[in-house]
Amino acid sequence: MHIDRRELLKLLGLGGVVLGSGLPGFSLAATGGKKPEDFFFLQLSDTHWGFSGPANPEADRTLKEVVQAVNASKARPDFVVFTGDLTHTTDDDGLRRKRMAEFKAIVSELHVPRTVFLPGEHDASLDKGQAYQEHFGALHQSFEHRGVHFVALDNVSDPSGAVGDAQIDWLKAELGKLDRDAPIVVLAHRPLFDLYPQWDWATADGAKVLSVLEPYRHLTVFYGHIHQENHRTTGHIAHHSAKSLMFPLPAPGSAPKRAPLPWDPQHPARGLGYREVDVRGKSRELGVEEYDVHGARV
Amino acid sequence: MKALVTTLVLVSLAAAAAPPRVIQITARKFEFSPAEIHLRRGEHVVLELTSLDRRHGFKLPELGIRADVPPGGTARVELTPEKAGRFSFACDVFCGDGHDDMAGTLVVDP
Repeated sequence: MHIDRRELLKLLGLGGVVLGSGLPGFSLAATGGKKPEDFFFLQLSDTHWGFSGPANPEADRTLKEVVQAVNASKARPDFVVFTGDLTHTTDDDGLRRKRMAEFKAIVSELHVPRTVFLPGEHDASLDKGQAYQEHFGALHQSFEHRGVHFVALDNVSDPSGAVGDAQIDWLKAELGKLDRDAPIVVLAHRPLFDLYPQWDWATADGAKVLSVLEPYRHLTVFYGHIHQENHRTTGHIAHHSAKSLMFPLPAPGSAPKRAPLPWDPQHPARGLGYREVDVRGKSRELGVEEYDVHGARV
Repeated sequence: MKALVTTLVLVSLAAAAAPPRVIQITARKFEFSPAEIHLRRGEHVVLELTSLDRRHGFKLPELGIRADVPPGGTARVELTPEKAGRFSFACDVFCGDGHDDMAGTLVVDP
């Protein structure tokens, strides 16, 4: 089911948008009986470091400006997650590593306790994640944070865009440790459902992954890849895509090709931005705020 | 009259047994050639896809078709489209900068 963000805002009220995908299954047992503290994290996506072209004449500055904007904010996120396509692809293995090192150096300037990285196909598809792992570690991972279970999936290092049976088995084992009401956030690069398969906006074995996620009643997915906000549900699971920090892409199926939208000199960096995800209260309810590259709420 | 019916049946059987039209398509970074393929509704065809460089994919979701196109190899996709229209296909194996441009259209005429 498609949820237009404007409709979402209208329904739920402006500011501190509470998504329909809250995590009300939180249990005090998850924090050893202590009252959970509110926190937030940021989702940055599709930074495509190394891209060069008319779609973003400020390509060498946008990411740096966002780092400054995040650092200028009074509130500190608990962590920042990058949901893939950290770098722009290249056939040159040496240049790929150079871009990854440059990206890593830039984001190391973030004044945050932790950064979490996921691969995108631009980072990991051409060498099956070899250079990515050298720079950023595991291709998939899970971690607990203040009572919420986070799972970061890799649906890109197989160039056909599949998660693969081995990782799906790992996912089953990870989630199998949790209560069906546990609050879970799944992170991925590509959509796990068939958003628009004509443009390959899907995961080859996404249906298998969703069947593993389906039994968990308080699970939300945040992803990237499509360079724009999009809010959908599959069953009870909400899927929220993030904007890019390099160039926006057209709405699914709205153009003959998935080519970048042209840069507008009258509105530089329009369509680019990042997301704050708030986790609040005992219920571990989720809320989101969207920001432009200068850190202004949009 | 009997002879005419027999002739029609023979013609019909010949048509049914006729081999499908083979449409050759090459795949290479970052294009399919031809990128627009025409056929008629109900026409039995084989798409013969050949990669000229590396592994590519051929995905035509509206007709439920996907195939791997191995490097230096050929994939054969048999189809008889039952509906007319324009159907997008794309490479679904990431092949580098320009992968997003590797797409085309299958046009099924009524």
